[in-house]
Amino acid sequence: MAEAVTAPGTLRTVLSDARLVAAKDLRLELRSRVGISQVLPFALLVVLLFAFALDPDRRVLGAATPGLYWMVVLFSSVLAVGRSFGVEAEDGVLDGLRLSGLSPAGIYLGKVGALLVELLVLDLVLALAVVVFYGTDISGPVLLAAVVGTATVGIAAAGGAYGGLTARMRGRDTLLPLLLLPLLAPVLIGGTRGVEVALGRDAGPGWPWVGLLGIFALVYLTLGTLMFRPLLEDA
Amino acid sequence: MTTSASATGTTSGAGTPAPTSTASTATRVLGAATLVGIALLVVFGVFVSPPDKELGETIRILYMHVPTVSVAYLAFIVTAVGSAMYLWKRTEFWDLLAASSAEIGVVFFGLTILNGMLWGKITWGVFWRWEPRLTTTAVLFLTYIGYLAVRAVPASPRTRATRCAVVGLLAVVNIPIVHKAVDWWRGLHQERTIFGTLKPEIQGTQAFAAYLGLGVFLLLFAWLLIHRFRVAFLAERAAESGLEGAIAERRQEAGQ
Repeated sequence: MAEAVTAPGTLRTVLSDARLVAAKDLRLELRSRVGISQVLPFALLVVLLFAFALDPDRRVLGAATPGLYWMVVLFSSVLAVGRSFGVEAEDGVLDGLRLSGLSPAGIYLGKVGALLVELLVLDLVLALAVVVFYGTDISGPVLLAAVVGTATVGIAAAGGAYGGLTARMRGRDTLLPLLLLPLLAPVLIGGTRGVEVALGRDAGPGWPWVGLLGIFALVYLTLGTLMFRPLLEDA
Repeated sequence: MTTSASATGTTSGAGTPAPTSTASTATRVLGAATLVGIALLVVFGVFVSPPDKELGETIRILYMHVPTVSVAYLAFIVTAVGSAMYLWKRTEFWDLLAASSAEIGVVFFGLTILNGMLWGKITWGVFWRWEPRLTTTAVLFLTYIGYLAVRAVPASPRTRATRCAVVGLLAVVNIPIVHKAVDWWRGLHQERTIFGTLKPEIQGTQAFAAYLGLGVFLLLFAWLLIHRFRVAFLAERAAESGLEGAIAERRQEAGQ
């Protein structure tokens, strides 16, 4: 049994490690309720603030809805990623994880998996908020789900890599957004255009954007999986 | 300390005899050639070559714009190669090469944005339009500002090098994705771009000035990179000897 745990690289151990870490993270979130009591209200607050900034009567708000939606998701993601790795940085938990014999790739995929679940909940609540407060009609639900899903995997994948990088850094709260947000520029572009098509605001094809978002997610999932061992050991 | 510094210095391929300076015969020749090249570029780009039929005098900005952006991308590729090699070999050489190159790349991206904006002011009448290439440059410029910010966070050399190597690799794979995304994003808003004006049919002194600019800026990049690398190398040695010196001083005080 011990050998199976320490043997690095086999897909089965990586996936079972990932499941362990993801379950741990989600249990932590459920018990601490930081996500529900702080990140989610923050996201809703920004939805409200955008309405103040862009007068709802002048149709600017309605036209800008897809972009605003993704801006809120990106800002909230920075908080969620910071929170996800903040709990690991305290009390040397990351060293504990290293000593536990879990594979670095498994730890990374587990963190990303838990982040993905949290962000998807956030996506859903925000979408409901936007429909209710901004009066948005959804005309292409399948495309919408595909765009939101692939974009969120990309955000979680890149967030997991940069979260691990900055976890033990001095000044990580200011560095994380500086690193993560420019990297997520293609997600913002693809997500916004894809949602515009799904809401019937733009006639252009929407599925190529899903393809681009999928490539982004795949590239960063692969890189994050490969990079997490040096990050865990040296960063 | 000085002997070990110069010994490691030669392994970097620099061949510096004196670790207190960043210049060597080779870099002096390279620097002189670069200066002559810049003078020639000014002569051909500004005075000898004729204004373009379509672009008029603004074609002269291209002789600098194309080289600065090309060198910036080359610099980030060098950074990525250095980053990958560092994670594989774990030697100081690759880390310092990656970091030095990234710094130069950011400077050249800044120059690209500046001369692109000057071109825009003349051609479009405004400094900034969300033209695909300029937009891409701005996003990547900020991405690599992040790299330099990570570099500036105090840490042990190995920790700092690992963090930077990961950022260098995560950033470089984003280049084609950002390109594609921005191209599609601005696909409906085709406008005259600074790159779209670079036609293959430019000939004579115009073509000569364009290729000369590219060559000269490559020399400039090589010259800057070697010097920046040596400065970084000496800074590492100074940091090490600074601590050792301080310890030796305290010991001497205690002994007295």
